[in-house]
Amino acid sequence: MPKRTDIKKILIIGSGPIIISQACEFDYSGTQAVKALKEEGYEVILINSNPATIMTDPEIADRTYIEPITPAMVAKIIEKERPDALLPTLGGQTGLNTAIKVAEMGVLDKYKVELLAADIDVIKKAEGRDSFREAMYKIGLKVPESAIVHTIDEAMAAADKIGFPVIVRPSFTLGGTGGGVAYNSQELEEMCTAGLDLSLNTEVMLERSLLGWKEYELEVMRDRNDNVVIICSIENMDAMGVHTGDSITVAPAQTLSDREYQEMRNASIAIIREIGVETGGSNVQFAVNPEDGELMIIEMNPRVSRSSALASKATGFPIAKIAAKLAVGYTLDEIQNDITRETYAAFEPTIDYTVIKIPRWTFEKFPEAEDILTTAMKSVGETMAIGRTFKEAMQKGLRSLEIGISGFGGHAKFDLAGMDQRDLEMQLKKPNSQRIFALHEALVRDMGVERIFELTAMDPWFLHNLAQIYGLEKEIKEGGFQGLKGDFLRRCKQYGFSDSQLAFLTGTSESDIWQLREQENEQPVYKLVDTCAAEFEAHTPYYYSTYEEENEARASEGRKVMILGGGPNRIGQGIEFDYCCVHASFALREMGIESIMVNSNPETVSTDYDTSDKLYFEPLTKEDVMHIINSEKPDGVIVQFGGQTPLNLAVALDAMDVPIMGTPPDAIDRAEDRERFQKFLQKLGLKQPANDTARNAEQAHEIAAEIGYPVVVRPSYVLGGRAMRIVYNEEDLTRYMFEAVQASADHPILIDKFLKDAIEIDVDAICDGKTVVIGGIMQHIEEAGIHSGDSACVLPAHGLSDKMLAEIKEATRAMALELGVIGLMNVQYAVKEETLYIIEVNPRASRTVPFVSKATGVPLAKLATKVMAGKTLNELGFTSEVAIDHYAVKEAVFPFDRFDNVDTLLGPEMKSTGEVMGMDHDLGLAFAKSQFGAGQSIPSEGAVLISVRDSDKETIVAVAHELASFGFSIVGTKGTASFLNDNGVECTRVNKVSEGRPHLLDKIHDHGIQWIINTSMGTRTTEDSFTIRRAALDYHLPYTTTIAGAQAMTRAIASLRGQDLQVKSVQEYF
Amino acid sequence: MKALIALEDGTTFTGTSFTGPGETSGEIVFNTGMSGYQEVLTDPSYTGQIVTMTYPLIGNYGVNDEDNESAAIQVEGFIVKEYNEIPSNFRATGSLAEFLQAQKILGIENVDTRALTRHIRLAGALRGVISTEDLDPDSLVAKAKGSPGLVGRDLVKEVTCQEPYGWSADGPKPGSNFSSCPAARYKVVCYDFGLKYNQLRLLAERDCAVQVVPATTSAAEVLAMNPDGIFLSNGPGDPAGVEGVIETVRELLGQKPMFGICLGHQIMGLAYGATTYKLKFGHRGANQPVKDLATGKVEVTSQNHGFCVDLSSLPEGEVEMTHVNLNDDSLEGMAHKKYQAFSVQHHPENAPGPHDSIYLFDRFIEAMG
Ligand SMILES: Nc1ncnc2c1ncn2[C@@H]1O[C@H](COP(=O)(O)OP(=O)(O)O)[C@@H](O)[C@H]1O
Ligand SMILES: Nc1ncnc2c1ncn2[C@@H]1O[C@H](COP(=O)(O)OP(=O)(O)O)[C@@H](O)[C@H]1O
Ligand SMILES: [Mg+2]
Ligand SMILES: [Mg+2]
Repeated sequence: MPKRTDIKKILIIGSGPIIISQACEFDYSGTQAVKALKEEGYEVILINSNPATIMTDPEIADRTYIEPITPAMVAKIIEKERPDALLPTLGGQTGLNTAIKVAEMGVLDKYKVELLAADIDVIKKAEGRDSFREAMYKIGLKVPESAIVHTIDEAMAAADKIGFPVIVRPSFTLGGTGGGVAYNSQELEEMCTAGLDLSLNTEVMLERSLLGWKEYELEVMRDRNDNVVIICSIENMDAMGVHTGDSITVAPAQTLSDREYQEMRNASIAIIREIGVETGGSNVQFAVNPEDGELMIIEMNPRVSRSSALASKATGFPIAKIAAKLAVGYTLDEIQNDITRETYAAFEPTIDYTVIKIPRWTFEKFPEAEDILTTAMKSVGETMAIGRTFKEAMQKGLRSLEIGISGFGGHAKFDLAGMDQRDLEMQLKKPNSQRIFALHEALVRDMGVERIFELTAMDPWFLHNLAQIYGLEKEIKEGGFQGLKGDFLRRCKQYGFSDSQLAFLTGTSESDIWQLREQENEQPVYKLVDTCAAEFEAHTPYYYSTYEEENEARASEGRKVMILGGGPNRIGQGIEFDYCCVHASFALREMGIESIMVNSNPETVSTDYDTSDKLYFEPLTKEDVMHIINSEKPDGVIVQFGGQTPLNLAVALDAMDVPIMGTPPDAIDRAEDRERFQKFLQKLGLKQPANDTARNAEQAHEIAAEIGYPVVVRPSYVLGGRAMRIVYNEEDLTRYMFEAVQASADHPILIDKFLKDAIEIDVDAICDGKTVVIGGIMQHIEEAGIHSGDSACVLPAHGLSDKMLAEIKEATRAMALELGVIGLMNVQYAVKEETLYIIEVNPRASRTVPFVSKATGVPLAKLATKVMAGKTLNELGFTSEVAIDHYAVKEAVFPFDRFDNVDTLLGPEMKSTGEVMGMDHDLGLAFAKSQFGAGQSIPSEGAVLISVRDSDKETIVAVAHELASFGFSIVGTKGTASFLNDNGVECTRVNKVSEGRPHLLDKIHDHGIQWIINTSMGTRTTEDSFTIRRAALDYHLPYTTTIAGAQAMTRAIASLRGQDLQVKSVQEYF
Repeated sequence: MKALIALEDGTTFTGTSFTGPGETSGEIVFNTGMSGYQEVLTDPSYTGQIVTMTYPLIGNYGVNDEDNESAAIQVEGFIVKEYNEIPSNFRATGSLAEFLQAQKILGIENVDTRALTRHIRLAGALRGVISTEDLDPDSLVAKAKGSPGLVGRDLVKEVTCQEPYGWSADGPKPGSNFSSCPAARYKVVCYDFGLKYNQLRLLAERDCAVQVVPATTSAAEVLAMNPDGIFLSNGPGDPAGVEGVIETVRELLGQKPMFGICLGHQIMGLAYGATTYKLKFGHRGANQPVKDLATGKVEVTSQNHGFCVDLSSLPEGEVEMTHVNLNDDSLEGMAHKKYQAFSVQHHPENAPGPHDSIYLFDRFIEAMG
């Protein structure tokens, strides 16, 4: 069937900010889909609040709305754009849920907008646990016994029938939020309260526990001619009970005979037909009883998903792109397979390698949260590795994680040798982020596969393969450096051992091993990912390394540049950096230079095979990168776009005479090395907060006293604000030195004067060595002391004097030129009492580059790439900062609701996973949009609870006053209440929890509070203020933990009174 | 134990044996299925061939008693990237190595099977020898050159059953003229050119009494049994090399509803007066897209053939193409316009592979009324 001509304009809903369980995979899918639809000549309208996405680049869709993804906003866009159709299956759960709400508002009917791919009933049938099970029974498939409950009492009754442990699972939530395993009635009550609250339709399902069963996923596609194909099968290494997003997963399925696989395949096909997904991809999850192969259906997602992105990268089959074409009427047999060019999309990819996905967690950022993995996803990123064998892929995957390990064992970090046996067994039994290390230790202790299986329920097949890796590790140790030669050395590399592991195990250095391999001529070859196991010729150069005979890499002539990506997403390094890498690739293409992308993150656009001329899906370690460089011999390597990951390689690569493009590595060192940086600033006559370096506790105390409290302390050897604290007094410092870090000669502590109540400024600039142009000067809303990645910020900076602005520009210029920056540079300043302080300089692309680019319409990363490639800013016609006549506000989005017992207070350590942008001509409205986009509601009436620390009481009066004048009633805790009343703001007092009932939690529970303003000293001071903030989170109340934030919010409320939000596409702004 | 693979064109690959010493020769072909190695090994169509699996990890789920497609392993040799010696599957009754060793079939691992596959893709299916005994490339290449190929060779007489048998609940059961078959609605005579048990299982499931007969059985003998339908199985090698059968099939045409699979399909083609040719490297795997021209629907099929009926040679007006291969437009299915006779090149009985085409067995049942 040819494509439909009755529809011309299609609306696509993106997935919004990066949050746990919804990351850049939806930018990858969405971008593919939008491109595919435009290719077909459709007019594409896009809404996505996330400025760091490629899909929101002005040239991708025809009209791009960087607006909050709320039903109201989508309705406005529909009213304005009048699309013929809405494609709801590309924006993750957010896109799907929003589409449902918009439909229920009657907007789709009113404007005759057709839902493509799956209509409302279909979506509901698949997503509603109840209707889904009905459907499964109908086609004779099994689902775990369960009960749908809407109240706590119903839950208790049901649990008695099903029996503990029970799985608690709210309907219509992301990544299993609020779900979990309840082992007793008390846990059940807690979970249901949360769950009912989180579920879109206050519905929770209790389900028979299948803990310990094997878990599988199949990716299915269907076209309107009812052709159905399976794209990929995925087997989880972690048994049922660990969310697939938190499981180590492998493709294809490893332990299924053809009979069992076909049973799953048939089930998937029956399901997609019964649910009625007309066209596109779906994901079906299965549980299999290891005893007898009994098959149960866990769920099906009638949309592209994290797994479908993984499946696309694992097979080379672009699910989202094909899904988009199917949605507009093509059938699978009409769509060409890009990779072979002689076959069609109507087939099932077959692969001749093994793919592994390993999640990356971030528990270290939330020490209060317990490190356990359950049915609710907690990881913030993932890495994928390809090898010819599971063993090779596993080792590549582990070193791709960039957590200081170089494979499965053979590294100093996470050594559990000292762990008590009982604790070790607990580590194995209770799924957690460190379990892979426990597995290694279990092998070291010779616990045996049998026993490890009992404890972990991981299929013995995986355990045996791990045991084989460990077996070889022992041989390596025994043989020592002398043993590393010929066939044995080859076997080590085929088992995926990195040079760094081999060095560690033989007590030599990585370069010893590197040299040895050069003598022994033991080098990797590159093989193609081609969807067809070499049955047909492949035309897309998508490579992975392995140690075998034939090398399929074709180093091409002509100028070529290699881009090093950012690896797995983590807090502090996410989609923003991938955005920059992708733009580098686009810029190179524009210049006719071949682009070679190296990355290990399957979620990203950068690892889409048609983003760059060549793609190497490899770990970003010195060894793996050097191999590619030796094979490709690029004319230049770009390290300043992928965040810290490639930057950390810069010096090492430089030492091996790799042509680093742009800013010289020494400049990076100069900006990062404390002493050198100080000299650098002194030379330019620029100020830094008073600071010094302590090598032990006494020194720390002396320095702190000298500089004067409060001070900012951090270990010198960690990045991303890790373990960074603001310390207010002696005791705090003592505690910090004791708990947080062990200072030592080579691990000193950095101590800075804390600039209290200073305005923080972020500047992105671009420099070609002669000219410096400011990309944007952003003013943070929260004061300095809150990590730049966590604070909201406004562009243009509105609260600074012209003198200060001029000073900032001059300082930026001077630093860029002195450092010899070629490309991008980011500076963080603090302004206090009209004095400018430098907080840090990053001679690389920063997290704010995409935000600035979207806000100003200037593609900074592209320009920077061209500058690195030798063009001058003059030649590029970018010689002066662009002034904008609107406001853009960036707001951060936090994962607090994912982690029990975590405080929501912000500090110098970054905690946010993503960001949104709000644009408007009115600052208040721009801020309002940023709040809506971040999922925060803004009250228009009702009561505001204010509870602030003494130092904030003065400033909060004005805020309270204004709110009162808007008709809000003000409620306050003791101190705040009396202070406000004394200062002429009527304020009713409410008890803190410790003051006895009825207290503010009761009030919150009875919906007597609409907004909470709560500031507190440094870290979680009193339990009281903690409970307030946590309650705000649990009851989804808007909450603000800084005065600045409160002022901005009040401004938003003011702006929202009378006028309501308008939508405007980025194309209309520029 | 070191092993060497030598091809007739002089190419060699190294590996190691996981089944002990041995030497064997055959046509080297690749199969792209990611599961189902046991079914592949026991598929008589592979007689005379050494099979390499493109999926690198083999042995993962061991072997069991339920997944055999014939009484014995049929391949001449087996080549994989990595043999996984410790099986993990609730149905597993043994390891793959034991299974191969028990029948003295050589299994080679640590081979760059992707390189081997690409070589075959470019050079075409080649005769080859694998050995752990003779590791001298020159002499092994010489042996490869000397080994018999498949073209024009009648492998069917090597694999067809010597005595007729019926199919019962617990597998094959000796006996002729349906004597050993449980009573059922339809009586089907199955010509055994090297059939796969799953064809019999599927017929039996559909209420058929299944009488398997040797390839040499005459038309008269078959008609004497008065069957409701005649089934022509798959089998190894070159259809043109099969003796006598083509005439027999021609005699039976139109007498009873007839259903052919793979070699059976090719033989029907020859009986119609069409010709067959050898594909460059064949279709072997579980992901071949085939379009049913009647419905326009695509089915993902299981395939295993090196020869193919020449579409252009189909007798005008008498026989029509019913299915086509979407990858290379080759003929996948045909039906006779006058007689109740239809056939497909792929394997609707799957095992291993997708079940998309099982409906063809139902079509056969309908044809028998
Ligand atoms: N009945 C059950 N017993 C044990 N674990 C389960 C059960 N149901 C789901 N799980 C686990 O919870 C995870 C999340 O469940 P799922 O239905 O996939 O929700 P989500 O929509 O968050 O993906 C699954 O990946 C599985 O590991
Ligand atoms: N001397 C200081 N006074 C006030 N705030 C500071 C000071 N130093 C750092 N900060 C705060 O800590 C945050 C993180 O510090 P920074 O040096 O930027 O570390 P990172 O490398 O994680 O970006 C900054 O964004 C700023 O808000
Ligand atoms: Mg799921
Ligand atoms: Mg910073």
